[in-house]
Amino acid sequence: MSFINYSAREINCKIVYYGCGLCGKTTNLQYIYEKTNPESKGKMISLATETERTLFFDFLPLSLGEIKGFKTRFHLYTVPGQIFYDASRKLILKGVDGIVFVVDSQAERMDANIESFENMKENLHEHGYDIEQIPYVIQYNKRDLPSAVPVEEIRKILNPQGVPDFEAIAPKGIGVFETLKAVIKLVLIELKKGAR
Amino acid sequence: MAYPQLVMYEEEAKQISAILDKLVRDSNAKAVFLVDKDGQLISQSGETENFDSTSLASLTAGNIAATGGLAKLIGEKEFSIIFHEGEKDNIHISIVGQRVILVVIFDNRSSLGLVRLRVRKASDELASIFDKLAEKSTKAASSESPFAEITDEDIDKLFNI
Repeated sequence: MSFINYSAREINCKIVYYGCGLCGKTTNLQYIYEKTNPESKGKMISLATETERTLFFDFLPLSLGEIKGFKTRFHLYTVPGQIFYDASRKLILKGVDGIVFVVDSQAERMDANIESFENMKENLHEHGYDIEQIPYVIQYNKRDLPSAVPVEEIRKILNPQGVPDFEAIAPKGIGVFETLKAVIKLVLIELKKGAR
Repeated sequence: MAYPQLVMYEEEAKQISAILDKLVRDSNAKAVFLVDKDGQLISQSGETENFDSTSLASLTAGNIAATGGLAKLIGEKEFSIIFHEGEKDNIHISIVGQRVILVVIFDNRSSLGLVRLRVRKASDELASIFDKLAEKSTKAASSESPFAEITDEDIDKLFNI
């Protein structure tokens, strides 16, 4: 949950990048890290295996501007995508304010995407959240690969709710900031709703 | 929502800060940090400029979450204390009032026994403040929240950096 600090005049929110193994969650964070002004970002932490697979999480703190005199800080996390790390994945979702679900667009990964989406719903449910109440956006990543499934088809399966969705090629940065901006916007709108 | 939102007010922030200052002195610690279970830094005291407190907060919360997962696996509710011993510096991590995490970093000017003793006292005081805060934030309704008035423009402005 977001943390409002009246004393330090800060709001902190937690955003989690979720998705199947090798879909590009860490790549999203790395691109954001590279392209953000040094004064707006903290250190990026990656708890990864020796082969650079995420073991526990990646973490990137971002400070954006002020809203109503409050500094806004966003903590971006990724989950480990590999199936057998489910226990860790569940832990990272705790206290989440907004989610980016990253889809690997390749035809051969569709089953993995669906499985990961279902897994996310289950894990959210175990924390007492409902996917319909959590602000989330979808990113269709790897659009440049030859076996990429048309967006319309993926949308039918993974985004029947019609949440904001974006096409991306994460290593080149295409769609990365659009996705981040959209999820931050949803989180702030939720904060506004909660404040009423 | 499943978890109540953590809100910090001026009055409680001061009280917490005073408790942490005292804990640093009484336990001869290098630095003390108070972190919420989601990894957000709440307060700190001591030689904190030598540490990357944001990273420290997120890793501590990850550590507590993983340890909590292990505890459940063997049928424990939680492990309320974790201690990491280094060559020079040590970290003592404990859960306060099931809500927040207290981190004490100390070297050979102090000892585990002393830290544990002082942490216990500070924890009781902190727990009662967080009880109060929880009550206050449930009561303090939205009326005074500054975020009810956020406009689309405010949000767009954030990205012009």
